[in-house]
Amino acid sequence: MTKSTNSKSGDSGKILVAKNLSRNYTVSRGVFHPLATVRALTDVSFDLAAGETLAVVGESGSGKSTLARLVTMIEAPSAGSLVINGIDVAQATAAQRLELRRQVQIVFQDPFGSLNPRQTIGAALAEPLLVNTKLGRVERESQVRTMIERVGLRPELLDRYPHMFSGGQRQRIAIARALMLRPRLLVLDEPVSALDLSIRAQVLNLLVELQDEFKLAYLFISHDLSVVKHIADQVLVIYLGRAAELGDSAQLFAKPLHPYSRALLSATPVADPLAKKDRIILSGDLPSPFAPPSGCRFHPRCAAAKPHCSEQIPVLEAKQGRTVACFEVKG
Amino acid sequence: MTNKSKSTAAKASMQSAADAEIQTALQSQTPFRAFWSAFCENRGALVGLSILAIIILAAIFADFIAPHSLSEQYRDSVRAQPVFAGGSWKFILGTDGVGRDTLSRLIYGARTSLFIALAVVVVSMFFGIALGLLAASTSVAVDVVISRVIESLMAFPSLVLAVLLVAVLGPGLFSTIIAVSIGYLPTYVRLMRACAKTELSKDYVTAAKVMGVGKFRLMVRTILPNCMAPLIVQAALGTSGALLEAAALGFLGFGVQPPTPEWGAMLADAREFIRSDPWIVTLPGLAILITVIAINLAGDGLRDALDPKLRRS
Repeated sequence: MTKSTNSKSGDSGKILVAKNLSRNYTVSRGVFHPLATVRALTDVSFDLAAGETLAVVGESGSGKSTLARLVTMIEAPSAGSLVINGIDVAQATAAQRLELRRQVQIVFQDPFGSLNPRQTIGAALAEPLLVNTKLGRVERESQVRTMIERVGLRPELLDRYPHMFSGGQRQRIAIARALMLRPRLLVLDEPVSALDLSIRAQVLNLLVELQDEFKLAYLFISHDLSVVKHIADQVLVIYLGRAAELGDSAQLFAKPLHPYSRALLSATPVADPLAKKDRIILSGDLPSPFAPPSGCRFHPRCAAAKPHCSEQIPVLEAKQGRTVACFEVKG
Repeated sequence: MTNKSKSTAAKASMQSAADAEIQTALQSQTPFRAFWSAFCENRGALVGLSILAIIILAAIFADFIAPHSLSEQYRDSVRAQPVFAGGSWKFILGTDGVGRDTLSRLIYGARTSLFIALAVVVVSMFFGIALGLLAASTSVAVDVVISRVIESLMAFPSLVLAVLLVAVLGPGLFSTIIAVSIGYLPTYVRLMRACAKTELSKDYVTAAKVMGVGKFRLMVRTILPNCMAPLIVQAALGTSGALLEAAALGFLGFGVQPPTPEWGAMLADAREFIRSDPWIVTLPGLAILITVIAINLAGDGLRDALDPKLRRS
C-alpha cells in the first residue's frame, strides 16, 4: 500500500508532458444553424513522471474524458503539444507513433463495454502482442498466463468469454490487457467507479502494486475524491475544460486554494457521523460548454467572485506551492 | 515484491474456491450451447429446421432418392395422377405434361432452387458486409457514395430490377443468382453499416485502437463478429425471399433454362393443365410454400435465439 518514495524524485524523467492542450469539437445543430464549437478542453498543462499518479478530477462534462482521448492518441489536440517519452506526438514519424502506441494504454470505466463480447479472454490478452510484436504463439501464451496470474485470476479462465465474469474480474482482465505491451503510462478513466465498494479496494490495491512493479505512470481520471486521495501524488482539478488547480495531492486535500476545489472537496463524504459538515453548496449547474461564461469560467457560481472575474481569464500561477487559476488566491 | 506475490497467490486461492462452484455451472454455457437451448425452446423453429433438413438432404442425395430420371419421358403415362388421387405407385406424385416423373423433378428441383437461394444469400451477404464495413470505416465521402448508390437500388422493385439484369446478362443459373443478389444487397449493406457504426463507438473498439489494432483487423476481426447475429437472422429470413424470387424469375422464363428442373419453371410449364390436371401445377407450388414456411420458421427461431436484447445477461 505504501508508495515507493524514490519514484517521486523524478530521476527517471518525465513520461508525459502536456502543454496548453486544447480540444474543440464542431457540432452541427441542424441545417439552418451555423456550426457550433464546443471547447471541451482549453489550455491544460501538466507533466507526469514514472511511478507517479496524476489524478484528474472534475464534474461530468468538465473535459476529463476528452483529456483521456488526447493522451491515448485516439484524437489529436486542436492546440497545444503532447510529449510522451520525449517524443512530440504531433511530429512523430509513423514508426515513432507505433512505438508511442505501445507506451500508452487505457483502462475504461465500464468493464462490461471495454471487452469484446465475442472474444475469449485469452484472445483478448494475446491480441496486443499479436498486433504489435513478432512473438510466436507459445511465447504469447506464456506471457498471457503470467499476466492473468499477476492480476489475480487463474489461467484456466482464459478460454472463457467476458460475460462469464463479474465486474471486478473483468476490470482485472482489462488491466491485464492494458499491461500486455508493458506500457509506461496507463490512463485510468474512472477505473473503479463502476465497481462495488469491496471490489473497488481490491482493484485499487492491485493498481498500486502494479504501479510499483512496472514503474507505471498513471493518469487517473475520477470524480470519486476518496479514491483520488488514496491513490494520487498530484491532483489536477478541472472545471469546464480549464485547469482550476494543480498541485501535490496531500497539500491540495489539506488546503484547497481555488474556490471550486474547496467546494468539490467539501462534498467528499467522510466516514464519521460526528464529523463537522461544512459543505459548500454550489448554486446552479455546470454552464453549457457551447457558451462558457466570460472571464473566469467559474465566476457565476463562485462565492468569492469579484467584478473583474467576469472580465479577465485567470491564468495558472504558482501560488503557495502549487498552481492555481484564481485572482482571489494570494500568492 | 515476494510479499506481494504471496498476497496475490492467497487472493487467487481464495477466489478459486468460490470460482469452482461457478465454474461447473458455467462449463456448459458456451455461446453455442446457450444459443441452441434458446433455439430449442421454440417448437415452430424446430419443426421448420427439421423440414428444412429433410429437404436439404433430399436435394443433396437426389441421385439416390429420386425414383426416376429427371428427364426421361414416359410417353405411355403422360399427366398421370398422383397416388392419393387414384394414380399408380410407379409415379407417386404423377407425371407432367410430357410424361416426366414429378417427384423426381421436385427432388432435383430442390437442388436448383436451394442452390440459387443459398448462393444469393452468400453473394449478397459477402458484398453487403464488405460495402457496409467500407462505408462505416472509411471517409464520409465513401460513406455517402455507397449509401446513396445502395438507396437508389432500393428505389426499384426487386423483381423488376432482377428482370432487367437478366435481360442484360442473358438467362441462366448464374445471371439469376447475380440478378437476385443485387436486389438483396441493400439490406445487408445498411444492416452492416448501421451495426458497425454502433459498435465503433463502444469502449472495446477504442481499446483495440489504443492497442494498435489496424483498420482492417479492427473491422473484420473485432467489429464483424459482434454484428453477425442480425446478419445471420437476415440471411436466414432472406433465403426464403430469394427462393421465391428465383422461382418468380423461373416462372417468367428468365431463370434456369430447361431441361434443368426448377420449381418456378415447373410451375410455369404446368400452367396450361391447371383445369384438367391441377396436381401438376399444385405440387411445385406446394414445394415452394413448404420450403419458404420452413425457412421462415427456422429463421424466426434463430432471431429469437440470437436477439441481443434477450440474451447476454
